[in-house]
Amino acid sequence: MLLILALLVVGLSYSVVSPPRSSAETETTLQIEQGKDIYMTTCSSCHGLGGEGTTQGPGLIGVGAASVDFQMGTGRMPAARLEAQIPARKVNYTQEQIEAVAAYVHSLGAGPAIPEESQYSLDALNLSGDEKARAVARGGALFRANCSACHGIVGGGGAMPEGKYAPNLTDTTPVHIYEAVRTGPQQMPMFSKDVLTDESVSEIIAYLEAADEQPNYGGLTMGDAGPVAEGWWIFIIGIGGLSIVALWIARKGARAR
Amino acid sequence: MAKPTSVVDTSPSVEAHEAPATKPKSQPGALTWADERVGVNKIGRFGLRKVFPDHWSFLLGEIALYSFIILLLTGIFLTIWFKPSMAEIHYDGSYQLMKGMPISEAFASTLEISFDVRGGLLVRQIHHWAALLFVASATVHMLRVFFTGAFRKPREINWLIGVGLLSMSLMAGFTGYSLPDDLLSGTGLRFVDGLIRSIPLIGTWAEFFVFGGEFPGNLIISRLYMAHILLIPGLLLGLISAHLALVVYHKHTQYPGPGRTENNVVGYPLFPVYMAKAGGFFFVVFGFLVLMGGLFQINPVWTYGPYDPAKVTAGSQPDWYMGFVEGALRLIPPFWESHWGGTTWAWAVFVPGVGLMGLLFTSLALWPFIERWLTGDDREHHLLDRPRNAPTRTALGVAGMTAYGLMWLGGSNDIIATRFSLSLNAITIFLRIAVFVGPIIAFIITKRLALALQRQDRERALHGSEDGVIVRDVQGGYSEAHVPVSHDEQFLLTQHLQHRPLEAGGDTDADGLPRKGGVSKLRSRLSRWYLGHEIAKPTAAEIEDAHHHGDHDAPALEDSPKH
Repeated sequence: MLLILALLVVGLSYSVVSPPRSSAETETTLQIEQGKDIYMTTCSSCHGLGGEGTTQGPGLIGVGAASVDFQMGTGRMPAARLEAQIPARKVNYTQEQIEAVAAYVHSLGAGPAIPEESQYSLDALNLSGDEKARAVARGGALFRANCSACHGIVGGGGAMPEGKYAPNLTDTTPVHIYEAVRTGPQQMPMFSKDVLTDESVSEIIAYLEAADEQPNYGGLTMGDAGPVAEGWWIFIIGIGGLSIVALWIARKGARAR
Repeated sequence: MAKPTSVVDTSPSVEAHEAPATKPKSQPGALTWADERVGVNKIGRFGLRKVFPDHWSFLLGEIALYSFIILLLTGIFLTIWFKPSMAEIHYDGSYQLMKGMPISEAFASTLEISFDVRGGLLVRQIHHWAALLFVASATVHMLRVFFTGAFRKPREINWLIGVGLLSMSLMAGFTGYSLPDDLLSGTGLRFVDGLIRSIPLIGTWAEFFVFGGEFPGNLIISRLYMAHILLIPGLLLGLISAHLALVVYHKHTQYPGPGRTENNVVGYPLFPVYMAKAGGFFFVVFGFLVLMGGLFQINPVWTYGPYDPAKVTAGSQPDWYMGFVEGALRLIPPFWESHWGGTTWAWAVFVPGVGLMGLLFTSLALWPFIERWLTGDDREHHLLDRPRNAPTRTALGVAGMTAYGLMWLGGSNDIIATRFSLSLNAITIFLRIAVFVGPIIAFIITKRLALALQRQDRERALHGSEDGVIVRDVQGGYSEAHVPVSHDEQFLLTQHLQHRPLEAGGDTDADGLPRKGGVSKLRSRLSRWYLGHEIAKPTAAEIEDAHHHGDHDAPALEDSPKH
């Protein structure tokens, strides 16, 4: 009886002391709870019940919302199976659900947040045409200095050891490129804001978009594999085609009549 | 007493007078004019009646010649705008993605040719495609010469000139690849810089000599330009002239066949038949290259960006003809290195790079002499071998092609890994083994195939071909009669010369004293390996015998199945 009374007193006094919840906070809590539900169903078997990680998957405490938005937003997570590298696939979650999971993972430990558009787009800077052209060109130089060693010429992709690879960037959205730069998913190194400022990343993204929008000057790219493709075609079309013509020329003549 | 010679004061024959104004000749005036000055009639009588044999594979070398001419024509166009300078400027041309970037004049002028000169990109692309075709057709032409034995006496010197031409064409291609000063060409230059440095003892000095100091310096582009537009084309032009002059002097080889002997050439005269064929073929090659240059992008330097020694792009590759060296370097385990005294011997770079190219060109150059040493054959040859009739040579050639091809694949291992979703490591390990095992397997299979074809030729020569009519006799047995092959085919199947392996001995004279000109045990052993397994072609007596045999049982259908 005394115990019940004591509990009642403590409970009542707590309800007086604790501040009432604001509606925004309720929304966040709801979002986190929704995210937790999804997390428990689809992520926890590999990343652990509390995001602490298992032998099957890394811990998620402190990876941040940007990481979740990248991994789920490109369809890499949830992974179908363990392989050398988890490929981008069809996305099966709405952006709302992804953000919910991101909020939950963020609640486990703070990390890079999902960026605002102004962080990865040059549009926010209101550059003049000439300034913008120079910024895009600078993005090309930054890309060649920091990215092309793995992602190849203009982001076409490249090979890495043991079946891993740096993916092709032509279909990757700007926000995902930004998140990948900041979070360093899978084999990719992480680039902090001290190494590449938001403006630099925006320039790189603008360069990739501009390069992608360009026409293929000079004709068909024939497989886009540089000199390897060129060597292949000179033997198929050049030597092959001209040999057929040579066959025809050698057959024609006074003898044929 | 002899009479003194009578001397006349004058005679019409010693009188100075003008030559007749016109020569009584029945040819157009222009020809007469040219003949009187440079003697074209004599050249024409010899040249225009020159006979060439007809075969498609004889046109492969022509492709190389024509691509060289096209390279000269398009190259002249490019020199008008290209600036071979490494001075840095800020780009201000019409390619937006490079706007304001600090780049070299060489790269800027390449962008100018591509984007601001009318027709510049087309000509640049034709030039590059023609360069690839030049080396490709020269290589394929050399393979044709190798497999048909066209390098044998008296053509060894022309083979050597061909080896020189091939190495020069690699140099021409590589110097051209390096000129635009884009990221890819600079990476290729760095690759060669590494090869030069790996030369034991003198490597570093050689590097400083070539680059005028530390890589990349600011001289190399202008030096390469000199080599690319003056030195190497000059050497190529000279060697090509000598190559063709020797073809005229030796006369062209021909494939064996009825009426073709070592002492004649069966074909058509240069004029009008070959003039039309070769002239037409030049325009076909030109047309092909213009189409490729117009339709297919090649070497898009604007996407590669300017060269910067600190940058390397994934997917960097040399043009195809350097692919085998690139591959060998990618396949070799990287830790192979020695330190002696104060020197470093970078075997892992020197052996697959400098060593491999040296091995390729040395063995190509020596081959005619090695083969002659193995066969002891001192005859002149103007009839070509059918590849099956030189089984070991054919097998060696295919083994060499296999090794080359596997190393070539190794050069694109990263492209293969990404395009076919394979593990880069797995490809590399597979190729490290395959590059040794593959050629051996290829050798054995090719030799067996050649011997099987020889055996089939022998069967055909002896027993003819099946007539295609299956006859069932009264006992229910089946048989098919044979019809003898035509005389022409019989000739083709039996015309070739078969060498007997050299026997050891003859190195001592009757008194047991050593003398020159003998055959050592080693040489006889190698000769047996080279020639020993050939299927003997049927002798005249055997063919005679087989025919009588066939005549005898041709009507006797009740006999059980024949041959």
